[in-house]
Amino acid sequence: MSILINRDTRVITQGMTGKTGRFHTANCREYANGETAFVAGVTPGRGGQEVDGIPVYDTVAQAKQETGATVSVIYVPPPFAAAAIDEAVEAQMDLVICITEGIPVSDMIKTRRKMESSNTVLIGPNCPGVITPDEIKIGIMPGYIHRKGSIGVVSRSGTLTYEVVDQLTKLGIGQSTCVGIGGDPVNGTKHLDVVKWFNEDPETEAIVMCGEIGGTDEEDCGRWIAEHSVKPVAAFIAGATAPPGKRMGHAGAIIAGGKGTAVEKIAVLRECGVHVTENPAGIGELVKTLIS
Amino acid sequence: MKVHEFQAKDILRKCNVETPNGVVCESVEEVLPALQELGGSTWVVKAQIHAGGRGKGGGVRVVHSKQEAQSAAKSILNQLLVTPQTGPQGQQVRKLLVEEGVSIQAEIYAGLVVDRTRQRVVLMMSPEGGMEIEEVAQRTPEKIFKVHIDPIAGLSDDSANAAARFAGIPEPSVEKAAGFLKALYQAFWENDASLAEINPLVVTESGDVIALDAKMTFDESALYRHPDIVQYRDLDEESPAEIEASEAGLSYISLDGNIGCLVNGAGLAMATMDIIKLYGEEPANFLDVGGGATTDQVIAAFNIMLRNKQVQAVLVNIFGGIMRCDVIAQGLVTALKQIGAQVPVVVRLEGTNVETGRRILNESGLTLITASTMDDAAAKVVEAVRS
Repeated sequence: MSILINRDTRVITQGMTGKTGRFHTANCREYANGETAFVAGVTPGRGGQEVDGIPVYDTVAQAKQETGATVSVIYVPPPFAAAAIDEAVEAQMDLVICITEGIPVSDMIKTRRKMESSNTVLIGPNCPGVITPDEIKIGIMPGYIHRKGSIGVVSRSGTLTYEVVDQLTKLGIGQSTCVGIGGDPVNGTKHLDVVKWFNEDPETEAIVMCGEIGGTDEEDCGRWIAEHSVKPVAAFIAGATAPPGKRMGHAGAIIAGGKGTAVEKIAVLRECGVHVTENPAGIGELVKTLIS
Repeated sequence: MKVHEFQAKDILRKCNVETPNGVVCESVEEVLPALQELGGSTWVVKAQIHAGGRGKGGGVRVVHSKQEAQSAAKSILNQLLVTPQTGPQGQQVRKLLVEEGVSIQAEIYAGLVVDRTRQRVVLMMSPEGGMEIEEVAQRTPEKIFKVHIDPIAGLSDDSANAAARFAGIPEPSVEKAAGFLKALYQAFWENDASLAEINPLVVTESGDVIALDAKMTFDESALYRHPDIVQYRDLDEESPAEIEASEAGLSYISLDGNIGCLVNGAGLAMATMDIIKLYGEEPANFLDVGGGATTDQVIAAFNIMLRNKQVQAVLVNIFGGIMRCDVIAQGLVTALKQIGAQVPVVVRLEGTNVETGRRILNESGLTLITASTMDDAAAKVVEAVRS
C-alpha cells in the first residue's frame, strides 16, 4: 500500500512535447515501473505524433480513452497551465499533479471554483510531484534518494523535501509515499488532506510534515490531528528567521498582517501533539525516535 | 508588485471608482500650478512612497493656503520619510500627490484580498475607517464584515448593499457605495491585484462615495498580461540588490545578519537561515538560486551577497536533484575563482553525483570549507565568523 499512486498507476504527461515535460517524463520512465506507467502525452495540435516512443494525443479525454490512464502530470507553461488542469478535471482524471510554477492566482481561484463539483484530486501547482518509492515517481524529484518504507512525507517545498528524505534514507528509514503539495497560496491538496490519507494507509507508520511561513494550513492540520487518533507526526516549519511582509521565494511564503509566522505555527502544532523540531537537520533523527 | 497611491487611483478611475481630483508634483515649483488647477481653498499634500503609515510619519498634510501648501511640500519632498513600515532608515520622497480637500460625512474601511483558505477573493468592510484592519481584527473582530466572492458570479448587489450598510454608510448613499464596491472588485479582479485597500473610503457631505486613499499590489505571476501595470513599477522604491537579483533570476531578500546564504529552493533556503540562527548567528540574506544554480547565477549571487559589508562568511547549501552536484560544483569553482571571495565560504553539497562534486571542490585549489550535513555546515560557518 501507499497513497495516491502505486506500481499499477497509468500516467499521461500534459506538455509532453515541451522541453521540461519531455525531459522529466524520460527521467520518470527510468525509475522503477516508469517504463510501463507513462503511457501517453498530450499537446494540443500534436496528436498522432510520438515522443520517445510514447503516443501524443490532442486532448486529455482522448489520451484517457485510448490508454485507460487515471493520472495526469502537467508541465505546461504558466499562462496555459490552469486551462490544462481544467481540461484534466473535465476529463475526470482521478489525480492531477501540476508541476508548473508561476500560475496567476486568479487563474487558480477560477480553476478551484470549477473543481468544487469534481472528484478529481489536484496536487500542486508549483510542486515537485509525488513518489511511491520503488514503484512509481511522478514529478521532478531525484528518485534514487528514496527508499521503500513506512514514513509518509508531505511538504510545501522541493529541495527541503529532498533534504528530509535523504536524512531518512541515510538512517535506514524508508518512505511509503512522498507528496509535494507546492508553495503557492491557492493550491489543490492541503497538508490536512495528505495527513488524513496517510492516517488511513496501513503501510504508513508515521508522518513527516514540512511546512513554511504563510497561511494557516499547518495550523488547520494540527487542530485536526489534536481531535483525532492519529499516527505520530513529526514537523518542521521553515522561515523562523523570515521578516514579515517579504515573500520568501514561494508565492505563498509570506507573513501577512501578522499572520502565518513560524512561531505561531510551531506553538499551535505543539499544542496539538505534533512533534516539532526547530532544526531542519534533525528531522530524520526525530522520526527515528517516533517509530519502533 | 507594489504601486504608488496616485497610480492605484489612476487604475481605479479607469474602472469607474471615484477618487478626489489630484495632481502629481515632483518639485515644489509644481505645487502652485497644481493648486490653481484643482481650485478650492483646502488641499491635501501626500508623500508618495510604497511604505504605509505615511500619516503617522508626517507625510500627509491638510493645508488651507497656498503658502502652507508650499511649505508642506518643501518639508516632505526630497526628504527621508520614516514611517512604521519604512524601518528607521526611512524612504526618500520623490513625488507628492496634491489633492482637493473633501468634506467628510463618514469614514469607512474597505479592502479586498485573497483568502487562501477559502480560495476566493474576500471583501472586508469595517466602520472603523482610518484604523489598521489588523488592529480592528484583533481588538474588535465583530466590527469586520466579510464577503467571499464567487469568481464566476462576481460581487452581487445584495452582498455589496449588505457590506455598505454594515459599515455604517448613511442610507441615502448605500446604493452609491454598493456601486463603488462593485467597481472596486472589477478593478481588483481584472487587473490581477493581490490587495486593494481603500482606507478610508469616505462619504462626502454631498453624499458621494470616494476613495480618499488607495493601496494596491499586484500578483507578480500575472504581470505578463498587464503591460500597463508593469509600467507603474518604480525602481527607486526597490533595493538595488533586489533588482539586480531579480534580473539574474535569483530570489534575494536582504536581512540584518552576518552570514550570507546561497541555497537552491525556497524552503531549503529558509531552513538554512533558520539553522544559522539556531547555531547562534544571524543570516544576512535569503537567496534562492532556483533548481539550476548555473555558473552565471552563482557569480551574480556572490556579487550581490558580498556587496553587503556586514557579511563575514557565506554558507552555500545545495541539494542537487536533477541538476547534478558535479555540474554545480564546477559552476561554483568557476564562479569563486572569478570573484575571489575575501570571506570564508562553507559549501555543503548533497544529492546526485555528490562524490564527484566534492572531489571537484577539494581539488579546486580554493580555500573552501566543505561540510557534509546541514548541522556540520552551520557549525562550521558559525565557527568561521567567530574565529
